[in-house]
Amino acid sequence: MIAHLPVLQVIVPLMAAPICLILKRAQLAWLFSLLVSSLTLLISILLLQQVMTSGVVSYELGGWQAPWGIEYRIDKLNAFLLLIISAISTIVLFAAQTSIEKEIDKNKHTLFYVLYLLSLTGMLGIVATGDAFNVFVFLEIASLSTYALIAMGEDRRALWASYQYLVMGTIGATFILIGVGLMYQMTGTLNMQDLSQRLPEVAQTRTVFTAFAFVIVGVCLKLALFPLHHWLPNAYAYAPSIVTAFFAATATKVAMYLLIRLTFSVFGLSFSFTTIPLQTLFMALGLFGIFVASTSAIYQNNIKHLFAYSSIAQIGYMIVGFSISTVTGLTATLLHVFNHALMKCAIFLALAAVVYRLGDVQLNNFHGLGRQMPLTMAAIVVGGLSLIGMPLTVGFVSKWYLLTALLEQGWWPVAVLILFAAILAVIYVWRIIEVAYFKEPLVNQAAVKEAPMLFLVPIWALTIANIYFGIDTRLSVQVAQAAAQSLFGVTP
Amino acid sequence: MWMIELPPFMPFYIGALFVLLTRSKLRGVIMMAIPIASAVHLGMIPEGIHLQFSLFDYQLIPYRVDKLSLMFGYVFHLAALIGIIYSLHLRDTMQQVAAMMYVGSGLGAVFAGDLLTLFIFWELLAITSVFLIWARRTQRSYVTGMRYLIIQVLSGVILLAGTLFYFTENNTLEFGYIGLDSVSGWLIFIAFGIKCAFPMVHNWLTDAYSEATVTGTVFLSAFTTKVAVYALARAYPGTELLVYIGAAMTCFPIFFAVIENDLRRVLAYSLINQLGFMVVGIGIGTALAINGAVAHAFNDVIFKGLLFMSMGAVLHMTGRIHGSELGGLYKTMPKTTILCIVGAASISAFPLFSGFVSKSMIMSAALAEGFDWIWLMLLFASAGVFHHAGIKIPYFAFFAHDSGIRANDPPKNMLLAMAIAASLCIAIGIYPQGLYALLPYETTYNPYDTTHVLAQTQLLFYSALAFVWLNLKGMYPPELRSTNLDFDWLYRRAFPRALQTMFTIIWQNDRRLRQEFKLKLTMCLTYIAAKNNRLSSLLSRNYPSGSMAMWVAVVLATYLFLSFIQ
Repeated sequence: MIAHLPVLQVIVPLMAAPICLILKRAQLAWLFSLLVSSLTLLISILLLQQVMTSGVVSYELGGWQAPWGIEYRIDKLNAFLLLIISAISTIVLFAAQTSIEKEIDKNKHTLFYVLYLLSLTGMLGIVATGDAFNVFVFLEIASLSTYALIAMGEDRRALWASYQYLVMGTIGATFILIGVGLMYQMTGTLNMQDLSQRLPEVAQTRTVFTAFAFVIVGVCLKLALFPLHHWLPNAYAYAPSIVTAFFAATATKVAMYLLIRLTFSVFGLSFSFTTIPLQTLFMALGLFGIFVASTSAIYQNNIKHLFAYSSIAQIGYMIVGFSISTVTGLTATLLHVFNHALMKCAIFLALAAVVYRLGDVQLNNFHGLGRQMPLTMAAIVVGGLSLIGMPLTVGFVSKWYLLTALLEQGWWPVAVLILFAAILAVIYVWRIIEVAYFKEPLVNQAAVKEAPMLFLVPIWALTIANIYFGIDTRLSVQVAQAAAQSLFGVTP
Repeated sequence: MWMIELPPFMPFYIGALFVLLTRSKLRGVIMMAIPIASAVHLGMIPEGIHLQFSLFDYQLIPYRVDKLSLMFGYVFHLAALIGIIYSLHLRDTMQQVAAMMYVGSGLGAVFAGDLLTLFIFWELLAITSVFLIWARRTQRSYVTGMRYLIIQVLSGVILLAGTLFYFTENNTLEFGYIGLDSVSGWLIFIAFGIKCAFPMVHNWLTDAYSEATVTGTVFLSAFTTKVAVYALARAYPGTELLVYIGAAMTCFPIFFAVIENDLRRVLAYSLINQLGFMVVGIGIGTALAINGAVAHAFNDVIFKGLLFMSMGAVLHMTGRIHGSELGGLYKTMPKTTILCIVGAASISAFPLFSGFVSKSMIMSAALAEGFDWIWLMLLFASAGVFHHAGIKIPYFAFFAHDSGIRANDPPKNMLLAMAIAASLCIAIGIYPQGLYALLPYETTYNPYDTTHVLAQTQLLFYSALAFVWLNLKGMYPPELRSTNLDFDWLYRRAFPRALQTMFTIIWQNDRRLRQEFKLKLTMCLTYIAAKNNRLSSLLSRNYPSGSMAMWVAVVLATYLFLSFIQ
């Protein structure tokens, strides 16, 4: 059993998806999905433990040897990501049934879980696999189910948002496929480990440059890196709230993982950062992203839009950390992947609870919500403080590491800009607080009550994690640091 | 051998707990048993470090025993026992618990082997002792207590700052000789100085000791300042600056003491004066001088305690403490009178009383090291002490004009406590070798040689003569109800007033500036808002898929371009 963990991680939700279809009853499907998701969480915990103690776990699918067959290769980096994805998925599922009752047609409930599990499979697969083409396959599984999930939103604009995402996602996936194809042409292999050994021989060819460019742009599109982010706000805003909570915390993280994996493991540090001006480009795009997206967030009246833009800004932080290309910088990025998943998931779950009670998340309807839904709003406030980077929240920890990394390199102008960007976050978070706590409740919303328990438990589990990991950083920092060090080939 | 590992502050802290839980008789027995048991325990302890552990990077030594700390340990136990007996009649849990904690903290401080532990007990001393002032339960004592606490905590904070500096400079926290040649040295020096009532920072002492409860003052007079003397003796022996500070401390309080009406405040001033002698001794720093300082601290605890007890007894029985309202009490309080006179004789350093055997050591040391002028100042101070503490206290309280008050001698326990103290005063005076044997340095000093005895006796008689003559001529400053301005006038009146004026001016300017700024800001924001309408529509509008695809193309093209121009 233990030896099969890497493949079980992906296979379990994949097999469970059609079973959901057989189960038919939504309630049953929910419980079943919850069980399956918890199982993947358990597997990912075991995997992480195994990787932290005994190093890389390699699994040959169907017994075919590595460069020929498909290899699942779990090291510290993807074990960390697997844990984040499966944990977030499990927590989100707790609230799923209650949330979709209000937002999705009854006859589509079972389908929702099928799609949910499929997209979970896709994301876990992208992270777990060690095969470049397999990445594309899982990317398509994840993307297709995601398009369908977004289209389930009750707002008619969800269809349009989903369509846009489909177009953009397909472009991205195609780019990645083109890149992988070019790499295959040059090296004759698809295994990442093998690629990393063969690519340096042909590194100085235009084909490899082009392959790299296509792959990176494709991934950045999935990542919603500025200026390729326009699909994201609408997709997040019009998707069913629970879907948003799941994707905001995982989808961009998976893309971030792919970016790190491709640049560091496949193409190699020296190729990615010295032959090609990735560093300056990403630094500039990251900073632009932070400022433009944060400023945009200030002007949003739909709170989901607001936090969607904030997500784009947070991706900017991750990209800045990534572009420093030092161990500390990468540690900051990985930490932020983890921390951002915690805060955004808490916030979007809380927003799902607000949608459950109010029907929508327009800022105008938030009047006096601090008194009517105190626990839900408190979670949003904690999440917001975390976005700002208040000490004692997780946001502070990753920002601290990011600043340390910047100052190590002596890039203090960037550090100043990063600090300044926090003020923008203060503004958009304050807009919500002001309306929710300092305005009288609207007359037609006098009957609004606190969210049900199935919302509050996962929301507060995440909120407490937000604070806990802001104080006790041992787990997150240790794993992130170990992953970053192994990517740089530094033995701790 | 676990008993040895029990630092002396523990019995008192545990005792405080028992005091909290028991009532009346049993409480009294426990309170008396603890210092006795603890003293027996202390008597068996060999010198050395008995407790040691590390906290983070710091090596802490909460329990270290050597001759210097032992000496203070003994006298603190003695003072605790006397104080406890003196306060046996009390039915005040808060005060008794605070007293036990206070004694424990004092002991903790003198047995602390590192600066961090010292700091902790330093602050505990302040916090526990303030309850002895608040126990008076008047508005006035509350305010006084607050002032006292602020200054004491300030001293602690400076000590902590000094400690941290010290650690970075020397990478150790061990409490030994520090000296004045570094920032940390000065900071710690100032912290000790505040607690030792150096001139200009002495007001907390006169302020608090005259406002504390009858029994509280007896405890207060014994511990806080002696802990400071101990700390100075350990960290700054032979620091010449201390000689001059000490000399100033011996002289200036005399003038205040002579005109002061509140007799406990007179004693507080004379306490500063006595501290001055010790500080001089530490400053001289020779074996004889240190011995003298420590011995004087030992004696001072007892005779100053005795004097505070006798004045406390007067306050307790009559409810008054001002010289102008008292007088003629000897008729009804004969025992208190006699005991008070013993204390007065001791503080005045009459031969055959305890003050003599220790004070003369310091004076001899000053002369031996060539501090002639200092010696003269000390001589003047000795005369002054006799004047205000030796004569003024008993005279105005028990003799002088008859005030008509007919108060009886105080309760038995008070008398017993005073009697113990008085007999110790005399015993040490007659047989000083017993005290000398306990001193940190070996000594063969003999106070009873002709010069000493003669000089001191002459001094005392001329001083007494002056008092009598001044009184007969009516030139002695009369006992009047008045408030004498001391240095604290600066920070209690002048400074706040200046501050108030300053703040009024600042506030006025601030208001004007803010209004101006608000106006500008509004104009600025209006301008930005107008511009913003365009920006916000640009940022939050939806883009068609085609434009997004175009962006992808642009990025890819840029990217390829950049990688190909390499």
